[in-house]
Amino acid sequence: MAKKMPKTDVVVVGVGWGGGIIASELTKQGLNVVGLERGQERHTEDYYMVHDELRYAVRYELMQDLSKETLSFRSNEKMRALPMRQYGSFLMGSGLGGAGVHWNGQTFRFLPYDFNIKSATIERYGKNKIPAGMTIQDWGITYDEIEPYYDKFEKMAGISGEENPLGGKRSDKYPTKPMKHSEQMKMFKKATENLKYHPYTVPSANLSEAYENPDGIKRSACQYCGFCERFGCEYGAKADPVVTVIPVANKTGKFDLRTHSWVRKVLHNGDKATGVLYTDVTTGEEIEQPADVVVLTSYVFNNARLLLNSKVGRPYDPSTGKGVIGKNYAYQVVKGAATGYFDDQKFNNFAGAGALGMVIDDFNGDNFDHSDLDFIHGGYLSLTQTGQRPIQNNPIPSDSPTWGKEFKQNSLKYINKTLSVGAMGASMPFQHHYLDLDPTYKDTFGDPIVRMTFDFEEQDRKLAKFTAKKASGILKEMGADKIDAMEELGPYNITTYQSTHNTGGVIMGADSETSAVNNYLQMWDMENLFVVGASAFPHNGGYNPTDTVGALAYRAAEGIMKYSKNGGMLA
Amino acid sequence: MDKEVISLADDKNKEQAERERLSRRRFIKNSGYAVGGLAVGGVLGGVIPWDTDEKKTNPQTKNNKTTNFTHALMNFSQNEFKMVEAASERIFPKDENGPGAKELGVAYYIDHQLAGSYGLNARDYMQPPFFHGEKVQGYQGRLRRKEIFRIALKEMQNYSQKKYKKSFANLSAEEQDAILTDFAEDKVNLMTVSPSGFFDLLRSMTLEGVYSDPLYSGNKDMDGWRMRNFPGNQMSYSDIITGDFKEIPPKSLREHM
Repeated sequence: MAKKMPKTDVVVVGVGWGGGIIASELTKQGLNVVGLERGQERHTEDYYMVHDELRYAVRYELMQDLSKETLSFRSNEKMRALPMRQYGSFLMGSGLGGAGVHWNGQTFRFLPYDFNIKSATIERYGKNKIPAGMTIQDWGITYDEIEPYYDKFEKMAGISGEENPLGGKRSDKYPTKPMKHSEQMKMFKKATENLKYHPYTVPSANLSEAYENPDGIKRSACQYCGFCERFGCEYGAKADPVVTVIPVANKTGKFDLRTHSWVRKVLHNGDKATGVLYTDVTTGEEIEQPADVVVLTSYVFNNARLLLNSKVGRPYDPSTGKGVIGKNYAYQVVKGAATGYFDDQKFNNFAGAGALGMVIDDFNGDNFDHSDLDFIHGGYLSLTQTGQRPIQNNPIPSDSPTWGKEFKQNSLKYINKTLSVGAMGASMPFQHHYLDLDPTYKDTFGDPIVRMTFDFEEQDRKLAKFTAKKASGILKEMGADKIDAMEELGPYNITTYQSTHNTGGVIMGADSETSAVNNYLQMWDMENLFVVGASAFPHNGGYNPTDTVGALAYRAAEGIMKYSKNGGMLA
Repeated sequence: MDKEVISLADDKNKEQAERERLSRRRFIKNSGYAVGGLAVGGVLGGVIPWDTDEKKTNPQTKNNKTTNFTHALMNFSQNEFKMVEAASERIFPKDENGPGAKELGVAYYIDHQLAGSYGLNARDYMQPPFFHGEKVQGYQGRLRRKEIFRIALKEMQNYSQKKYKKSFANLSAEEQDAILTDFAEDKVNLMTVSPSGFFDLLRSMTLEGVYSDPLYSGNKDMDGWRMRNFPGNQMSYSDIITGDFKEIPPKSLREHM
């Protein structure tokens, strides 16, 4: 028999960006919130030894412990799904702040096109432009409707930037000035201007200057130390939930944060959630937390898994396309990139920041004509300088040996003489890309893990070739003496790192038949259950997802306040 | 060491300490701690106590004459150690740029890593059932890294004896390269481990030993970093981020103690 805790107004499951924002917004307005986080507590002072590439970047210190929970993967339904036994393609966060601690801080808004992608594509190119099996759909919210929430997230996090000349309309400028421009960024800017593109500085959650946000949180400026992705920031310069929203929630006295609390089920009675069941991982004790409102704010995979394991919502059926939980899993197409070798120049490649870079959107969304192209959408092209640490960065020309004397000499020679132009290719959903429960493999408590069925499609292969070619063109204009560019995308491979931009599974929309949550991220099938995160994206745009996750979390917080006053479906 | 050399070294240490003190002050200023007038937490608060008299001398240069007591074995036998030392040296050999894997202590690094959580795959999903997977699904074996090394090194020794009638560590560099190539390209038939899987693991652990912080027993004296102008653990690059390439002497995490 599980121990029963006193009822609370709201329980959030997972305390990263989603849980942190929900908790701070609701507690400020007087609601009592219990935050359940299965990992440990974290503070900036934990990072005195953070400049350790081996421990953090190679051994994944901040990531979810795969021995306790992983997911299984297959390329298609004919293949046997097998567990992801070691990290590769993407890195799930764990502990207070979640993936919001080890992110790079690149904070882009999606384009207006993204939110009504299906109608906009049909309007401009006709419905035959959408290939069979591609399940794009409008988001049930427009860019103009989501814009105020983007603004709110950017002001809370102190995003440093300048306006995207090809982006959606902004109600206000970024709260802090753009990051400094390094030599390589200046070269990218000049080259892309020569090519008549529209460069701008990557919007950054690594603060360009000291900043105090509207909640009174004060943070210091980025030191360009080169340890952002996979690391926590010891200066608190990089916005993460631990240094921004969680202290705000704590200060209200209305936030009850419980770490080491592993939520296993959403409890429900009829069409209402009644609370959650969790295990205290330090004692093994099972605990029931009743609540008026349950908010799932875990990572993409766990949001979907919790619903499926709790038998909430209609599971997706890939053979009919009906059902919604697990539908439209999407990822990112980042391999369409190029590296340039510069014989006569040397760069400070060891220095940098997670979101230091220049970018163009000339080939993103529908900013360019797709009439003669056999793919839709696109991606941004950028030069980012995140700090090249030595174990993971040994750039050598593609035709040279990978070990031995020549490898050593090339890797030493080129480390500070190479620059890369990367692409953040959008990922379109397909009917047979989805998440469900694995029939064989279990987590540490015996609950089924998530099974992912996903592969790259023709759309992705064409898109990647296109962006690789454009990336080469920019490097050529920058004066590279030799350029290596991706030639063929190949199949999706879970063993090589690409991006931790997993999306979908509990998608939003205007129609309860085709989406799981409405535009307040309230479940159509259970009105006091909200599911917050990139799990709500019906497709993945050509950008890093965090700004949109943050904006949707603010939107959901507003919805939960409305719901707790008046009840009922909000949309 | 004679007296003159000692006093020169002391002067150098003082100079170094002074430079560090100044650069820390500049760091505090640049970070906005002083100029922004904001009271902030995190490491910035901790920067001030570091800037004390305790740090007048640099422990890294001062102690370089003492014995490195971490150079002993936790996992390998002496023979296994010799093989790993020889094999990693072929992957990252000594040349005119500087030391190779052997001199950098890479074999000690690998030994120590295999004895710990990485060698035991403590944070990997190791639950059954085990099935042969597709390449895109990643490692699906039941063996842990420590066991893979033990089995593969034995196989490599057998292969070496069969092919050249000598143990691997006693082969010429060319012969060692030939054997490693056969492993890397799966030209050896082994029953229980993948030859290329082992080679890839050996290669990645060699690079880790060359370039990880010296606290892990490799990258001796930070020479792995020095060869490629990697400055290691610096507080800030605010001053150089907008400028031309700059060589900066490396620092290790020992600096934070």
